[in-house]
Amino acid sequence: MFAGFDFDVIQRSLPYLWEGMQFSLGLTLLAMLGGVVLGTLLALMRVSRFAVLNVPAGGYVNLLRSTPLILVIFWFYFLVPLAIKKITGDPYMQGIGPFHSALIAFTMFEAAYYCEIIRAGIQSVPRGQVNAAYALGLTYPQAMAHVVLPQAFRNMVPILLTQGIILFQDTSLVYVVGLTDFMGAASKVAQRDGRLVEMYLFAALVYFILCFAASRSVKRLQARFSASSA
Amino acid sequence: MINVSSVSKWYGDFQVLKDCTTHVEKGEVVVVCGPSGSGKSTLIKCVNGLEPFQRGEIVVNGVSVGDPRTNLPALRSRIGMVFQNFELFPHMTVTDNINLAQIKVLRRSPKEAAERSLALLTRVGLEAHAHKYPGELSGGQQQRVAIARALAMDPIAMLFDEPTSALDPEMINEVLDVMVKLAEDGMTMMVVTHEMGFARNVAHRVVFMDGGEIVEDTATEDFFGKPRSERAVQFLSKILHH
Repeated sequence: MFAGFDFDVIQRSLPYLWEGMQFSLGLTLLAMLGGVVLGTLLALMRVSRFAVLNVPAGGYVNLLRSTPLILVIFWFYFLVPLAIKKITGDPYMQGIGPFHSALIAFTMFEAAYYCEIIRAGIQSVPRGQVNAAYALGLTYPQAMAHVVLPQAFRNMVPILLTQGIILFQDTSLVYVVGLTDFMGAASKVAQRDGRLVEMYLFAALVYFILCFAASRSVKRLQARFSASSA
Repeated sequence: MINVSSVSKWYGDFQVLKDCTTHVEKGEVVVVCGPSGSGKSTLIKCVNGLEPFQRGEIVVNGVSVGDPRTNLPALRSRIGMVFQNFELFPHMTVTDNINLAQIKVLRRSPKEAAERSLALLTRVGLEAHAHKYPGELSGGQQQRVAIARALAMDPIAMLFDEPTSALDPEMINEVLDVMVKLAEDGMTMMVVTHEMGFARNVAHRVVFMDGGEIVEDTATEDFFGKPRSERAVQFLSKILHH
């Protein structure tokens, strides 16, 4: 049934596809890392009693969660250079380049989602634990750092990783600013050689294998966590 | 040591504490008892500022708890508290539970803290469990670790919020034994409990609460011998006749 197809095209373009895959994985890891750090800060702001902290954080999260990711990537690519030019007043000022702009866009977008996950994690730690920390004389930051966040993160690891898998799939959107990730590389080869079916089948298979394997490991991790805390 | 004067507290429209006044002197053991929902746990949580109150004043060791200028963490580090559900930190070993505040709050060196922790674990008979996690211990053992954790701060007073209510009956005594020893060593203690045997044998005074009010505040023998209020008589008849 595949008589008319040429699957050798995959073999021939492997080095190029591998470059794309490295880009996808690198962007995913960096954006996850940045997203968790920024998301934790946002979550701490959101659970704060002070309106000056929790209102802006809430607004940020709601704004980004109601915006398509592709728009956020666009904004950053086209608007940030304009803004930099406006602020610095230097018309020859260059933008920060598509990679950095995409990385910032992904980080900021993911941070909104991580913020909500981490906030739920913080709120899942029983009030009694916080009281016990306070009763020992720990301050709010100390109680957060040593008692609440370690337990929150432990509860959240599976869902944080699941969000990372979704992010990995979303990185394929960087084609809109001309970057070549794995999907972009496959797409370029497909169009250059007229091998659309072969390349897109291959790309789908690779995404499926990676994401399926990753989500299975998350499940196993989750099972081990719930076993050890029981 | 602890002076509670005319403290009132509301949750919305509901008044949980009504004009409560009592005191605990240095070296004194005061048991707070009463039916559930009478406000006794709320009152004891007000003493170290875990619960805010709207009216009245609580002074601990000369420091006003309700004053917004009070450094609450510093005050709390001098008052030990033991909770109904132990509240050990599940992600840390027993030793790390006891070390944490010694290192972070009292600025003891890790070595000094570890020595103190081991000495206290020995005192509560749990030195063999130093490297276990709380989840690996029984309820009674966890509560004894919690007492050791509070003692590690060299507290000037100890608050107990129903320390045996979440325990299986066969574990209650091992915790009460530790508390009795503490009392014999002269520790200032405020204890919310239903353990009337402990109250009768150890307490100097009994505070009886009902409906958010302090109904009786008398010497232990008077409370058990000739309770003055009808509510205390009823409470005692319910709790003692089983």
